[in-house]
Amino acid sequence: MKGAAETDAQALFRYVLRLGDLSLVLGQRLGEWVGHSPALEEDLGLANIALDLIGQARLLLSYAGEIEGRGRDEDQLAYLREQGAYFNAILAEQPNGDFGQTLVRQVLIDAFQLELYERMTDSMDARLAAIAAKSVKEVRYHLRYSSGWLVRLGDGTPESHQRVQTSLELLWPYTVELFAEDDVDRAMVDRGIAPRLSEVRAAWVERIEAILAEATLKRPADRPHAWHGKRGQHSEHLGYILAEMQYLQRAYPGARW
Amino acid sequence: MEDQRQWPLFEVFIRARGGLDHKHVGSLHAADPSMALDHARDLYTRRQEGVSIWVVPSKAIIASDPAETDSLFEPARDKIYRHPTFYVIPDEVKTL
Amino acid sequence: MYTQGLDGQPAEAAVVDESALEQRFLARVDAEEKIEPKDWMPARYRNTLIRQISQHAHSEIVGMLPEGNWITRAPTLKRKAILIAKVQDEGGHGAYLYSAAETLGVSRDQLIEQLLSGKAKYSSIFNYPTPTWADVGAIGWLVDGAAIMNQIPLCRCSYGPYARAMVRVCREESFHQRQGYDLMLQLARGTPDQKRMAQEALNRWWWPALMMFGPSDANSTHTGDSQRWKIKRFSNDELRQKFVDFTVPQAKFLDLTVPDPQLHWDESKQQYSFGPIDWSEFDQVLKGNGPCNTERLAARRNAHAAGAWVREAASAYAAKRRPSAAGVAA
Repeated sequence: MKGAAETDAQALFRYVLRLGDLSLVLGQRLGEWVGHSPALEEDLGLANIALDLIGQARLLLSYAGEIEGRGRDEDQLAYLREQGAYFNAILAEQPNGDFGQTLVRQVLIDAFQLELYERMTDSMDARLAAIAAKSVKEVRYHLRYSSGWLVRLGDGTPESHQRVQTSLELLWPYTVELFAEDDVDRAMVDRGIAPRLSEVRAAWVERIEAILAEATLKRPADRPHAWHGKRGQHSEHLGYILAEMQYLQRAYPGARW
Repeated sequence: MEDQRQWPLFEVFIRARGGLDHKHVGSLHAADPSMALDHARDLYTRRQEGVSIWVVPSKAIIASDPAETDSLFEPARDKIYRHPTFYVIPDEVKTL
Repeated sequence: MYTQGLDGQPAEAAVVDESALEQRFLARVDAEEKIEPKDWMPARYRNTLIRQISQHAHSEIVGMLPEGNWITRAPTLKRKAILIAKVQDEGGHGAYLYSAAETLGVSRDQLIEQLLSGKAKYSSIFNYPTPTWADVGAIGWLVDGAAIMNQIPLCRCSYGPYARAMVRVCREESFHQRQGYDLMLQLARGTPDQKRMAQEALNRWWWPALMMFGPSDANSTHTGDSQRWKIKRFSNDELRQKFVDFTVPQAKFLDLTVPDPQLHWDESKQQYSFGPIDWSEFDQVLKGNGPCNTERLAARRNAHAAGAWVREAASAYAAKRRPSAAGVAA
């Protein structure tokens, strides 16, 4: 029988990894853009968002390592976990596609992180409250940037409208997972660490619908199926991300960089 | 002629700290004013260079002509009586 | 340097009259006054600047690619963040420089078109590959080191917008070389595999870095004008020598070997003497036959083409909003 404290710590560890992995995987994806954006200024913009996300991942993974108490630091967690021990929602690992698809993914996650972190700044977990307070400022700008672009592309040319509407249809089903509450989420709510996901979802839907309306885009129909990246069950894409990201750490075990 | 495909040019002005004037720092391309602000933030404040940004369409700037530099600015040169140092005040007179 | 193609190109066909305007212009340059966009300037000065600044800008943009391809593979999160910030800075520097060039009456679209069509040059150094992580360190240490050597004098260049852009670039660039050396130091003090990686990267980048300073003074046709106009303050060979003198002790500290058997300290000149540069390789890379010329240009062309619909959409959106945007500003 595990002690209650140990179970609590495991749930918190899992929860913090979910947050950290979401930022890490999304930041990794945005890093692929740098140098290849539609305009020079967009290289700068996407890189800034990637930097914020990597920064969030570092704070969260470091904290996760401390909670776990086995001496793993941010890099050991980022670079030496197996795919099944990654707990990001799989929306984050979906390929960049074209610039529009990247921005659709970004808007959906930015709005989620914004609503989540806004409600986490008074978390009972002081460390998460501090990370949320820092992150919420970053994420608010991310959403300004991404929603600005989504509106331009949605209400731009017929081609751009068609492209982002298609991307929205493609990615929408993956948003179900963001709000699919499980035991870990409930434990966080019970302990006053994280907000209730149904509450986050309501605010997210309102925000997203307003952006979609301005972008003249149609909200896709909801689909009931929830993916389970949060439980470590991923799409095929994460394996490639990790193969690339972890290459040096895996090829030269024990080396310091 | 204005090329419609190219995003127009904006001039960027940044207030470095509260209390200071906005200062011209450079220019950038953006399709619209809101994008120009985002780009200015991403391009010109990566190292905490500012607390406030103005962006102005470059074509809205009206500049003096360098050919007129002499007539515009030389006449001020001999008006030295505008400067406090022009006046010699005896040392005994204080707080003037 | 970033504008090395310049030195070897034939002089402009247009001959500028020795007019009173030019005399006045030269007097201002001699007096270390800055020339500003709307000031009169000789056509050859303008053209030289457009070519030099745009080549410099193109170099920054193409220069994002060889290091950028390591962003997704950076071995720690800290290194990943540093690398993203560094590559991002290069994009920023490209943007500052395009803006400076635009003050001379060309549009960024025209300049990009010249790059993508292969008409404009960029620094050949970026046509070399980055096969290992150590190349990221070597680029920061050697390529950025060489660039800084050239760029610091450009902060005093006679053309105001270029000089101001370079002040900003130099201020931001100071971390680039240091992060590169820091990366090399970590490798040089690491496992035997890591040290070998560092040595091989030094072997790959040493000679191309020396070539970045351009042809030797004896073969550099444009140096005269550029120095007269105070665009260029030091000759290629002077800067190259300075770079070698600074860098060799840094390599020694890393306990790495500079790949030049003739390299030695010359006591009488109080500087390092180094072996002959293989200019035939330089010429080949400049002509487009370097290891990565094709793929660098292809990457830029692809990004530009793939982004066309995005740029058009933003313009279309702005056009729809224009009347209401004016209302908001009021």
